Amino acid sequence: MTAIEFKNISKSFHMHTGRMLLRDRLTKRLFRRQVGERFYALKNISFKLEAGDGLAVIGSNGAGKTTLLGLVAGLATPDEGTVTVNGRIATLLELGSGFHPDLTGEENVRVNASLMGLSRRRTAELFDQIVEFADIGDFIDESLRTYSSGMIMRLAFSVAINMDPEILLIDEVLAVGDQAFQAKCFDRIHRYRQSGKTLLCVSHASGMVQELCDHAIWLDQGELMLSGRIGDVVAAYEGRRTTANG
Amino acid sequence: MWNGEYSFLIPNMIEKDFKIRYRNMSLGVFWSLLNPLVMMAVITFVFTEVFTNGSIPHFSLFVLCGLVPFNFFTIAWLSGTTSLVDNAGLIKRVAVPREVIPLAAVLSNCLHMLIQIGLLFVFVFAFGGRPNWHWVWLPFIWGLEIVFVCGLSLITASLNVFSRDIRYVVESANMVLFWLVPIFYPFSIIPQQHKELYQFNPVAALVLAMRTILLDGASPAPSLLIKLTASSVTMLVIGFLVFRQLKPKFYDYL
Repeated sequence: MTAIEFKNISKSFHMHTGRMLLRDRLTKRLFRRQVGERFYALKNISFKLEAGDGLAVIGSNGAGKTTLLGLVAGLATPDEGTVTVNGRIATLLELGSGFHPDLTGEENVRVNASLMGLSRRRTAELFDQIVEFADIGDFIDESLRTYSSGMIMRLAFSVAINMDPEILLIDEVLAVGDQAFQAKCFDRIHRYRQSGKTLLCVSHASGMVQELCDHAIWLDQGELMLSGRIGDVVAAYEGRRTTANG
Repeated sequence: MWNGEYSFLIPNMIEKDFKIRYRNMSLGVFWSLLNPLVMMAVITFVFTEVFTNGSIPHFSLFVLCGLVPFNFFTIAWLSGTTSLVDNAGLIKRVAVPREVIPLAAVLSNCLHMLIQIGLLFVFVFAFGGRPNWHWVWLPFIWGLEIVFVCGLSLITASLNVFSRDIRYVVESANMVLFWLVPIFYPFSIIPQQHKELYQFNPVAALVLAMRTILLDGASPAPSLLIKLTASSVTMLVIGFLVFRQLKPKFYDYL
């Protein structure tokens, strides 16, 4: 079964130079229909991810990786093309998105779980497991503003992985954990993969994703440069980078 | 795509808003009482001592009947309007149904309103009012006010994503509304040719209905209730339609 399929996806954004004023809107509407250039974050991208596979999206800053994850998660809508997703998604897109600094760790876990779509009953069942995996001790009762970024990541990852998704989307957040916790996460993601679940992760550093994914796609300025076995794609990406730097 | 539990999510969001608002205040919920009390005292002073006006009995209660629904309206509308921009991180990173964010922002002000309603009842009793069966209309009209603000906030919240100065438009509208809602003057002194206009203002209609119930001990006129219901429900429907139309673009503009 196909977990994720992109067919000729293009996604662009307005270059509105940060001005979003009522006056500009009114004058633009009145005098010119279409204004401003469009910036293409993704250009005609197609790929397919079978259920149970792990895919890494590799590329430098601004390559379109996060936009791609946003489309998979259903946060953004493409200009053209169709996105198909089969399965329950858990996302870990940014450190502590959906977390609030004034709430305690425990309160944040509950809010986050409900945002991710867990029911009241499931949250109650999973709560101890989530806290145990995060392993942040008494900080769970402290407000989040006292946390280190590593601790926030532990909590966020723990919620996402424990809700037992069929598709897990990770946008390079694991890097902030310490080595012990990174090892724990890798181990957990390995087990997750072995149980036949799908992983889509983003990285501009290609080192650690190689262990977790079998396939990769390489994006550069919104274009699909290469897709295939992860070893080949990473080699091509690194080769290109060295030539560019040299 | 998101198939979670609304009955878990929405209370969670409301609780979150409420906790965040009050956790950093040493006086906590007393702020909810202080604001209408101070406003009531000032307005009562101005309109009984400065501009003497002897025609309205229980003037402070009369003012409070206007202030409580007006306060809820302005605060809920403004927090609903800014909710999407304030929660940009959530919109861009979590696939939660977007409607929930402005709705929860409005609803989290309801507890605030309940506290003020409690204060209102204290004044009603102090001025000799006693419960009677006309009071059954009160929860109904307050419910309509919530429905109306939800609808309005869905519209302004989504527009605020595209033009960030919508929030200032809302703030100005609230200022104007303070004078155009009969808070410190009775409906009866409005000249006949302007009365029609007031009938279309749901906040004014609400104040009128509350005064009829609490001060006159009567039920609001059926025509008023029908207009209020129709305008509130229509606003909610339009709100959802506008929101549905605009939400696919939120990601691009936040």
